[in-house]
Amino acid sequence: MEFLYTLIINIIKVAVVFGVTLLHVAYATYFERKVIGRMQCRLGPTEVGPMGLLQPFADMFKSLFKEDIIPTKADKAVFFIAPVIVLAPTMTSLSVIPFSEKFIIADINVGMLFILACASLSVYGIILAGWSSGSKYAFFGGIRSAAQVISYEIAMGISLASVFLMAGSVRLDEIVKAQYEYPLSMYAPHLIIGFVVFLIAAFAETNRTPFDLPEAETELVAGYLTEYSGFRYALFFLSEYVAMFIMSSIMTLCFFGGWTIPRFITDILPFLLYVPGIFWFLLKVYFFIFFYYWVRATVPRYRFDQLMKIGWKVLIPLSLFNLLLVAFVKRFVL
Amino acid sequence: MTLPQIFFAYFFVMILGLAVMVVTRRNLVHAVLWMLLMFVHIGGLYLFLNAEFFAIIQIIVYAGAILVMFLFVLLLLNVKQSLTASLFIRGWQGRAMAVVFLLLVFVISIKNLVIGPRGEYSIQRIEQQGHIKVIGEAMFNDYILPFMIIGLILFVPMIAAAVLAMRRHDGSS
Repeated sequence: MEFLYTLIINIIKVAVVFGVTLLHVAYATYFERKVIGRMQCRLGPTEVGPMGLLQPFADMFKSLFKEDIIPTKADKAVFFIAPVIVLAPTMTSLSVIPFSEKFIIADINVGMLFILACASLSVYGIILAGWSSGSKYAFFGGIRSAAQVISYEIAMGISLASVFLMAGSVRLDEIVKAQYEYPLSMYAPHLIIGFVVFLIAAFAETNRTPFDLPEAETELVAGYLTEYSGFRYALFFLSEYVAMFIMSSIMTLCFFGGWTIPRFITDILPFLLYVPGIFWFLLKVYFFIFFYYWVRATVPRYRFDQLMKIGWKVLIPLSLFNLLLVAFVKRFVL
Repeated sequence: MTLPQIFFAYFFVMILGLAVMVVTRRNLVHAVLWMLLMFVHIGGLYLFLNAEFFAIIQIIVYAGAILVMFLFVLLLLNVKQSLTASLFIRGWQGRAMAVVFLLLVFVISIKNLVIGPRGEYSIQRIEQQGHIKVIGEAMFNDYILPFMIIGLILFVPMIAAAVLAMRRHDGSS
């Protein structure tokens, strides 16, 4: 009975997180088009529903009912499974993110490492999507994307290692609790080098501008997505946005204090302590999502060799330096 | 059968079955995919042994780094066509010899099996201190010399790769 009860509770939790995430993704696309539209002095979507609010649903139905085209040269089994390989680990990593102090689906000891493992698994989907399409553009897009993601994963991992070192744990809730003890209640000012490295690597990991080379239209049509259509394309699209939300959540949890607000604010305005933690968490996540759009609207795309140079010659040495610095400070100063 | 035995049987059958799938695929990219599934199952086996840190490291390092390198080599060398050579040894003499040799290895290794003494790291101690802390302490205090030697050994091929790449870059060789 006890077992059944936990099972039902967990299924409900998963359903809630799944549904809320899908809704978030739907409106993230709407928000993106509105924000970028405004930044380029346009209006963005206005036609479907009041202020274009039903646009995401129109897009969803469109992609569901589109014809599913399979290239004749494609390796069918791999072509079918590639979008699933991208989406499944990305969705799974949502299960270890603590959205507030109490709400987490799977409270495991290696939370942050689990997210990194999931990120490294979803690379396969991208490579295989490019390979199985049987098209040169898709193939090059897949190879480029894989090279980029693997290179930036190193910098990302090392900059996160400095967070683990500061907090003395890889559990996400303990990282948040450890941050709360610091003067500003967040790690971002203390680990500024690590944070900047992580921020840049997060853009590269999710294939967003200015590192969206795998999808560089002028050179590669749409990269590994070229041959995909209809629902399979929508799966890739979905996983890209979920990955953005996950990266924003990691930044919030590891550098910006997660569901807590800085103590100096609650000292002045104590009533803010009664606001539920999920509110602050979402506020910070939305800020980072906005930041993604902001960068997309302002920064031009890098060349591929520049991308590799930034990754290997700037970010990795910087993150290593940051790790050594943190280790030194933690051992001899604090 | 108890629940742990069922789990163990599942992993046992799946890992062996997937390993057979890996070596019998003619399309090398498919072989890599089956291998990925096998690595995930090995990670599951570690999890089943209460070694959560190793399970995650297994996936990050083997599935996330080493296997991607395999895939890169396959794609960059452009091994798109399936292998044309036969996958199996021809002739019954060769097969019989392989079987006898493997059987011999199994028998000798099972005969010489010694169950090692229990170390100081009991499950209770690991649960109490946390996996990562225990591994770190053992690695950087008790086994620091082997750790450094492994680091040095891994450093040598890196230098070799850099030298080879530089020579190619100059145009001389």
